[in-house]
Parts: sequence; structure tokens; C-alpha cells
Amino acid sequence: MAAFGSFCLLIALVLAAYNLVAGSVALRLIATGRPARISPERLADTARRAGIAGFIAVSGAAFALVWAAFTNDFSITYILEHSNRALPIPYKFAALWSGQEGSLLLWAWLLGTYGFILRLRHKTDVKLYAYAGTILAGVQVFFLLILNFAAPPFSLLPGYVAGGAIPADGNGLNPLLQYPEMVIHPPMLYLGYVGFSVPFAFALGALMMRYPGEKWIRITRAWTMVTWLFLTCGIFLGMHWAYAVLGWGGYWGWDPVENASFMPWLTGTAFLHSVMMQERKGMMKSWNVWLIFSTFLLTMLGTTLTRGGLVSSVHAFAQSPIGTWFVVFMGIVLAVCIFTYVLQRSHLHTEHHLESLVSRESSFLFNNLVLLTACFVILWGTLFPIISEYVQGTKVTVGAPFYNRVAVPIGLFLVFLTGVGPLLPWRATSFKAIKRNFVLPVIALWVTVIVCLAVGVRPWKDGALDSGSFYALVAFSVSAAVLTAIASEFLRGASVIARQTRRNLFAATWLLMRRNTRRYGGYLVHIGVVVVVIGLAGTAFNQSVESEMGLHSTMRIGPYTLEQVGASQDSNLNYSSEFAMLDVYQGGKKIYQITPERRFYLASGQPQTMVAIHSTPEWDLYVVYEGTNPDTGLPIIKAFLNPLVGWIWFGLVVIVFGTFVALVPSLTPATAALRVPAAQAAPMAPALKGGD
Amino acid sequence: MAFHAFRFWTRAVEITALAVAICFSMGASTPTSRLNTLSHMLMCQCGCAQLLGECDHVGCPDRDTELSMLSTGIAAGMTDQQILDSFVAKYGATVLAAPTTKGFDLVAWVAPFAVFAAALLGTILLIRRWGGLGGKAHSAATLVAESSDPADRERLERIRRETGSDGGF
Repeated sequence: MAAFGSFCLLIALVLAAYNLVAGSVALRLIATGRPARISPERLADTARRAGIAGFIAVSGAAFALVWAAFTNDFSITYILEHSNRALPIPYKFAALWSGQEGSLLLWAWLLGTYGFILRLRHKTDVKLYAYAGTILAGVQVFFLLILNFAAPPFSLLPGYVAGGAIPADGNGLNPLLQYPEMVIHPPMLYLGYVGFSVPFAFALGALMMRYPGEKWIRITRAWTMVTWLFLTCGIFLGMHWAYAVLGWGGYWGWDPVENASFMPWLTGTAFLHSVMMQERKGMMKSWNVWLIFSTFLLTMLGTTLTRGGLVSSVHAFAQSPIGTWFVVFMGIVLAVCIFTYVLQRSHLHTEHHLESLVSRESSFLFNNLVLLTACFVILWGTLFPIISEYVQGTKVTVGAPFYNRVAVPIGLFLVFLTGVGPLLPWRATSFKAIKRNFVLPVIALWVTVIVCLAVGVRPWKDGALDSGSFYALVAFSVSAAVLTAIASEFLRGASVIARQTRRNLFAATWLLMRRNTRRYGGYLVHIGVVVVVIGLAGTAFNQSVESEMGLHSTMRIGPYTLEQVGASQDSNLNYSSEFAMLDVYQGGKKIYQITPERRFYLASGQPQTMVAIHSTPEWDLYVVYEGTNPDTGLPIIKAFLNPLVGWIWFGLVVIVFGTFVALVPSLTPATAALRVPAAQAAPMAPALKGGD
Repeated sequence: MAFHAFRFWTRAVEITALAVAICFSMGASTPTSRLNTLSHMLMCQCGCAQLLGECDHVGCPDRDTELSMLSTGIAAGMTDQQILDSFVAKYGATVLAAPTTKGFDLVAWVAPFAVFAAALLGTILLIRRWGGLGGKAHSAATLVAESSDPADRERLERIRRETGSDGGF
């Protein structure tokens, strides 16, 4: 299987290289109109077919690696290091992305899959797709070069090659990765990372060919949104994994790898917003092109930083010396982007300018500004240890306190814009309009401030500013304002429809959303973001307590009392475990039992905590069995009461739903009319017409 | 309109400032543990890349030592800065969870805000240059009426239609 996998990778490289070279030659011939022996169109089509065949070859390699994991082929070094016989079946799949070589193969396979879909849909616009396909082939060549020469996933054990025996069992998967989310978190994240290659390829291709109009944006809109959604889900699944597995009670530690995933998300989000300006008004063309270039480069930068060993990360299981490859590739990509931009920048001149500082267009601009500042802060924080070492010879740590102080205010300003932006009309606004749209949100803001103060949120403690509580207060109040603003937008539109079609408000809201899915899907995404922010703000009120707990000893946290009623042990072929059984009482009444666990994985010889979490909308009771005190033999239990964490995960659900709504085509006015009974059909107010 | 808008925003800023002042003055003082605060300003040195106050490894070789050093410093009446300095002297600058505000480290704190301020200023100046301020803005309807060229009128009318309030999100 190792030989088959290696062969597939080699074939895939040859095919991708052919796609790149033949595609480039064909497009050059088409662009210059120079006569050639072979028709450039046919040459381009052979390149496209090579791309499709390349996908099959990479799929073969991915299949070979998974098959090797399933058949316990420990003659392959990668399988020996990342799998073992007793590993449960879902984690055998996870072995594909649990190490450097496998995750690069996953990257190449996903890139191949995206390319495959793109090449099948080439009839949408043959020339533009040919450009995009050729650029994707260039990216694929890079990954396949690494897979063939720098980080081959099918390399055999040196001892086995020398005629030695194959080890009876593997070293097993890193225990941190043996958690259900790890089966879907990395593929989601990679789908996001890799997916941004597609809008990048279209943007670069459109610029190279001086593609007329903004059609390429419409073509890539669904790609970009789906990619963004994958990246969002990947990031949140990673947060949930960290929360449930690492056992420190948090979900985001500002680790360089987390930062690496967040940066392209920020620029991608900025792109999704600003691209609307180009689509609708022909503005910000250069800006958009550079946003998508930057997003693509940032997906590469994250890998370069963490896997190249430039910055230390808890994700150390993925380090290797391939950083140089990435640096060189990024340099080449940047050079191509700059060269193309300089050559074709006249094609990107803006058609209109902003008319007012207070308008929808300006809000997009400010939104982009804030998103990019946030991205800069994170990049800066991630790189500062390296810069500091270079400048003053000493490395410093840039941890959570830095980001909390710098990034949180920026994030809150962004939430504020989330509410303000959609309330502003295009072009310009009037004082009257501002007053009309903002009265309710401002009232909601101040009511929330008062309520928060009344229930005990204090931004000032011991004569000093308590930044956590202060930011939480701001977050709650701004969130309330934004939710009110969005809700009033829905209500305004729905009440007009309800009047015109004599439907109830709920049905009218549904129709409103269907008539302009893009707009109201976007609002739903904003609601999801606000719900997430409310959940994040709850961190300021986390409580924790740690104690050794003998039988029937108790621990109090918040309204709960935990009583240790026993401890037990279990084992299977993969791990042995010990766990504590804790009865949870509230108001003197037992409400449930919780069983935090500590596992010891046999193959790797590493311990791992399995946190017990009981979630309610109000808070999570989060209990960690940290092990036993070697002196007393008593279990050490750490309990956290984390308010509002469930809101974060619920916010993701709303974001996903909103994105799906935005992806669904709006009802056309004609279709909409069919859905309104003839007797009730009335001329639609312009504000409620379909389309985007 | 400009005057009204100015008065509105001025009043909004005044109310906000007043409210923030009230919020702060209402601050109740539940005693915060200095140990907890300081342990979140330091990194655990066991290599787990976690804050000292959040390191949860049983048998961590450094957590207890650091926490005990912290408790000793607090008990000895040392100031926060003196305690942090003693940690830096023992473990090096990487023990601090964030850069200090002295010397080159200050750049870490200043740069983000400087970049944001510069970008904000640049954006505002750009919009001003485009005629967004100073009463240069015209509504599309006005422009349509003012324009004498039929092609211009048609184009402006199209813009007005496309960017009307029925526009997408």
C-alpha cells in the first residue's frame, strides 16, 4: 500500500505540473492570439482534464494512508507513530490528519476536491475557470512537491527497509486527539483554509485576464461563503475541543495555532463584506483583490509560523522543518500577486466614491478597518516574541493578558458596527433617519446597563478598574443594542408584508427572509455573532475551586454542592481510566451525578483528562478529575462554574443557519407573486423586493 | 441638519461619559485575591504554555514552586511590581504573560493602537477627499436632476435604483 500511495502522489505531481504548464501556455496563447500548432482551447482542456485526473491520484494516496491505518501497516513510519491496533475506528480516520505528513496530504486532497468541482463546472465561464484552475494547479504543485520530497507520508521504517521486523504495535494517536471533535475539527478547518484558495484563484485569474465586470465575484460568492462557514465551524469546534479536553476551563488561549486560524477568518470576513461594495457599486476593487490575496497568504503563514518552529505552540505535534518550503512558496505567491497587480491595476479603478461618512458604504469601510486592525493585533502579538528577540536579544511572552487588553476593545467596537452598519442607508443618511433607527437600540443599551448594574455587575473593584467586568458590561449592553437593532429591522419589514399580504407576523417574517435571503441571512449571522459575544462576556464571571476529596467530602461552587460518592476504575485495550463519582446538589436536592475521568493511554503511555460538563443556558458546571495526590491517595477535583458558555455554541448554530439562509437564492418577485393569493396581491413596497 | 447631528452626538457622548463615571463610582469592593490576579500575569514554566493561575497539571514540577514564591512575596508585603521583578530575575522575561510597558516592549502595546488610529485617520481623510464631508455630498436624485447629459442621467438613475433601500445586505 505504501508503494501504491507513493506512486499516486508522484502521478498527482506530474498531472498537477502538466495542468500548470499546459494551462499557462494555453492561456498565454489565447491572450496573445499567437498561432500555435495545437489549438490553445484544446490544450487548456487537456490541462483541465489533467487536473481532474490529479484529483483521482491524490484521492488514491489519501485512501492508501487511511487503508494503511485500518490494516495496521506499521511498516509505514507515519502509521507506526500515529496509530495502534486498539485505536477505535473513527480515530483511524483521524490518523490521516494527526501528524504533519498526513495533514499535508489532507490539504492536498481537499485542494484536489475543490479543484475537481471547479473544473467540472468550467462551462459557467470557460476562460475564467481555466485561469482559476491553472492557479489552483500551481498551489497543488507546491503541496505535492512537499509530499513527494520533504514530508512523504509513505516513508517506510528504516529498520524494516534494512530487513528488520515490523513492530507488533504502533505508538498510538496522541491522547489529546482522541476525542470525537478531532474527527471533524481538522477537516472543517482545512476545508476553510484550503477553500480560500478558490476565491484567491478566481481573483488572481480575473485580474490576470482583466475580466470585465464583477461577475467573478458572483461566481465565487458561494465558494467564499461556504469556505468561510467551514473555517468558522472549524474554529468553534477547535474551541469546544480545547474546552472539553484540555481541562483548564477555557476555550481560547491565544495560542499561535489558534491565532493562525483566526487571522484568515478576520480577513475573509472583511472580504465578504467589502466585496458587496464592489458588486453593487464598483468600489474598493483593489482593496478586495488584496484582501483575498492576504487571506490566502495568511492561511499559509499560520502553517509557516507553527510548523516551521518559528513560534512555540501547544500544537507541537505538528512541527517539522517544512517552514522553509512555505516561506519560499509565500514569497513566490506574493511576488506573483504584486507583479499582476502592478501590471493590471488600471483595470481596478473605482467607479464610484463614498458620498458620506455616515452611510452603509462607510460602515463597510470601518468594518473592514476594524477587522484588519484585529488581524494586525493578532499577527503582531504572534510575531512580537520573534521581533523582540531580534531587536533586544530577549524573547518575551505575548499571552492572553495582551490580547485581552488590546483585542477585546477592538472586538467590542466591531460588535457595535455589526449593529450600526445595517441600519444605515446606502449613499448618505439624514439626522432624522439616524434618530428613527437608533432610538430603540440606544434605549436597549441603557436598560441593559442598568439591569446589569442592578444584578451586581461591577466594573470597578478595590479602587481599580476590573477590566473583565467592565468589558462584560459593555459587551452585554452593546449586544442588547445590536439585537434590538436587528430585531427592529426584521419587524419593520415583516409588518409591511403582513399588512400587504394579510399574513400573521411569523409568516410575514418567513416570507421577508425568503424574498431577500442574502440580506436577512446576513442579519441572522450577525445575531449569531452577538450571541457568541454574550457567551464570551460570561468569562468575566468564571469561578473555580480545587480540592482533594475523600469519600463523602463536599465542595461548594456557586449554587451547587458536589459530594464525592465513590471512585472507580475501568480499562479496555486502548486505555485504562479512573473516575470520580460526584453527586451534585442544588438547594439540598440531588439533581444529577457527574463523573470526571482521567485516562491513561496504553500505547503512548500518556495520561489525559476527560472533563465532565453539565451545561445549562445559565452556566456550565465543569469538573476535572486531576488525578490523585501521591501523598494522601485522595482524588483532586477542580470545579469551574463558567457562565454563558452554552451561548457560544448556540451562537454558532445561528451563524450556520444564517449562512445557509444567505446561500439560498431569494424568491424572485415573480415567484413571490405566485405565493401571494391573487386577491391579496398588492404592489410590493420597494423595500421588500427580492434580489440582493 | 449638520448642527442637529452635532448636538445629538455631543449629547450622546456626554451621557455615555456620565454613565461610565456612575458605573465606576458604584464599584463595590469585593476583595480580589492578589494571588489570583498575579498568577494570571505569569506563565507556568513547565512548558504547558498556560498561565500560572490556569495550569492544571497534577504533578506539574513548576506550578507549586511558583505559586509558593508568589504567596511568599505577598506575605512579605512586596508590591506587585517587586514580585513580578523577582520572577523575571529568577525565570527570565518569558515568565511574564505579557510584555512590560518599558523600553522596546512598549512598542507591543502602542503599535496596534497607532496602526488603528492611522488607518482610521486615513479612512476619514479619504472619504473627505472623495467629498463625503463639508456639504459636498449630493443625493443621487439631486444629481439626476442637475445633470444635463442624458447618459449621465441614465447612469445616475441606474445607481439610484441599484442602491436604493431595497438593496441587499
